[in-house]
Amino acid sequence: MHIVVCIKQVPDSAQIRVHPVSNTIMRQGVPAIVNPYDLYAIEEALRLKDRYHGQVTVLSMGPPQAEAALRKAISFGADEAILLTDRAFAGADTLATSYALAAALTRINEELPIDLVFTGKQTIDGDTAQVGPGIAKRMGLELLTYVSQIDELDLERREATVRRRAEGGVQVLKTRLPCLVTMLEGINEVRFATMTNMFRAARYELKVWSKEMAGITDPSFIGLKGSPTVVAKVFAPQPRSQRAEMIGSEASSAQDLAINLVTKLSAKHPNLESEFAKTAGARA
Amino acid sequence: MSEPQAAPAAKRGGNHRKMELDPRLQAYRGVWVFVEHERGAIQPVSWELLGEGRKLADQLGVELAGVVMGAPGEATRQFCREAFHYGADLCYLVEDPVLTDYRNQPYTKALTDLVDTFQPEILMLGATTLGRDLAGSFATTLKTGLTADCTELNIDMDNRSLAATRPTFGGRLLCTIQTLNYRPQMATVRPRVMALPQPDRTRDGRIIEHRLGLIETDIITKVLEYIPDANVDKPQLAFADVIVAGGRGLKRQENFKLVEDLAAVLGAEVGASRPLVQAGWVDLERQVGQSGKTVRPKLYIAIGISGAIQHRVGMESSDVIVAINNDPQAPIFDFAHYGIVGNAMTVVPALIDAFRQQFAVMRRAG
Repeated sequence: MHIVVCIKQVPDSAQIRVHPVSNTIMRQGVPAIVNPYDLYAIEEALRLKDRYHGQVTVLSMGPPQAEAALRKAISFGADEAILLTDRAFAGADTLATSYALAAALTRINEELPIDLVFTGKQTIDGDTAQVGPGIAKRMGLELLTYVSQIDELDLERREATVRRRAEGGVQVLKTRLPCLVTMLEGINEVRFATMTNMFRAARYELKVWSKEMAGITDPSFIGLKGSPTVVAKVFAPQPRSQRAEMIGSEASSAQDLAINLVTKLSAKHPNLESEFAKTAGARA
Repeated sequence: MSEPQAAPAAKRGGNHRKMELDPRLQAYRGVWVFVEHERGAIQPVSWELLGEGRKLADQLGVELAGVVMGAPGEATRQFCREAFHYGADLCYLVEDPVLTDYRNQPYTKALTDLVDTFQPEILMLGATTLGRDLAGSFATTLKTGLTADCTELNIDMDNRSLAATRPTFGGRLLCTIQTLNYRPQMATVRPRVMALPQPDRTRDGRIIEHRLGLIETDIITKVLEYIPDANVDKPQLAFADVIVAGGRGLKRQENFKLVEDLAAVLGAEVGASRPLVQAGWVDLERQVGQSGKTVRPKLYIAIGISGAIQHRVGMESSDVIVAINNDPQAPIFDFAHYGIVGNAMTVVPALIDAFRQQFAVMRRAG
């Protein structure tokens, strides 16, 4: 069995600050992490490897420093790691990204046939959830998004049974291998890196692929050129014109503050009054 | 990779904004909204999108269409009629037994065929699990641009292009994205980000039927079972009129009871900011914010929530926001309507009493 997990290195969004004047992201000093949603995909792949044996390969497209994310995956237990990196990929939107990743996956598949491609459900920097579906369509793989559980893999019959989160319930689906699965968050807990794997990760020689090595010959499909969307404007959210009306002062008693607020709400917002009437009625 | 293509135009040069649209793409006209339903239930984001689509279509001087797919029958057709009530001029209808349950392959095929045939300039879907699955697949199949989770949609009349604004980097920045020389231009919008329009039950429209041309044996993925969520305790945060939410300022898990108590008095839903969900105090279903639910209640009471941008983007459309926080510098006071600087442990019990008294007065007044 061969699973390839596509991962992305992202800035830790909790620590990102925006430059107050230039409205640009200040990346300096912001730690780069493995996209948290991808950890569920890595762990699920490792669990399947525990069950069915085989190989887990991790693939990432990004700048050279994204190798840290791949080493992290090796330290959890992934077998091989490939970094797809080329200046020509810069400025790629999700469509151009899925093109490059699909090309690399096709190359990987030639070396060792792939049974499953895993991704996280989305990234925390772009939040689009588009690259997984994009790869599936480009490679002609069956697409299963928001998967919470892989019930069964039948490697002989080339079938998989999975549970997929829908808005109002869970779909149990049977599909054909190879397929692409985007894993839902919270479905497992990523394992600790063992000492052995940590040493292995430190010494591991990553495969670093340029666009040519991924078999990409036409540059019009990648990077800025291959991206139908353009960012027309980036700006900071506008603060509301008015700050909150502050109720009372710090010296006011809690009772005064509370009564003052309730009176204000009822007086100034008649639609709330009717809302409260329902509540008052319901509790009568 | 031999799928149909919304052909990109010749060269994409330096100044995108003033570029003439490729003549082949000028034929693309009209605004479409994918009408999402599953197991007989409409996903209300579809109506919210029709409200937004109406404005865009009027600005462009074109028609607004709903796209309805599903099992053959009255239930599916009823969604067309409702789409007219919410602003659609027409509906494209694809009825087929293989569309009974959502599956990526037949839905992508149906949507691709419709778009290739009728050529809309804008296509919008809800950013739900279904909508994102379909939108991402469809955009790649047609090789066109897709902007996810938009919070504002406008038309740039210079070149008739859709200017789609979305939060990025966890809501710290907003960016406006355009798909200039590809059609259709696609956007997804999360539920409750746009207002639900008032339905006009007298509005009617025309239905254009389209055949799918797939049979069950063509479809690779099979639905073995559908397990509906137990609805008993499922919070209805997105549609609540009053929400009381707690954040890290509550300090201890047992203090979250204050939030629940106030919510009980108000008949409100309980919400929380991300740190409390991450700490495991509160269920993920109750998380409000960029990575949780978007809400727009009539009243939102935030207790011990600092108002980080990640939370703000999920609740700032609330009609009235009340913030209680012991830090006078907390950013939530920059966008709340009413603020109380104080200790939640004393203010909230007082607030519960004050509301109880108010309700008692209202009951006596009848």
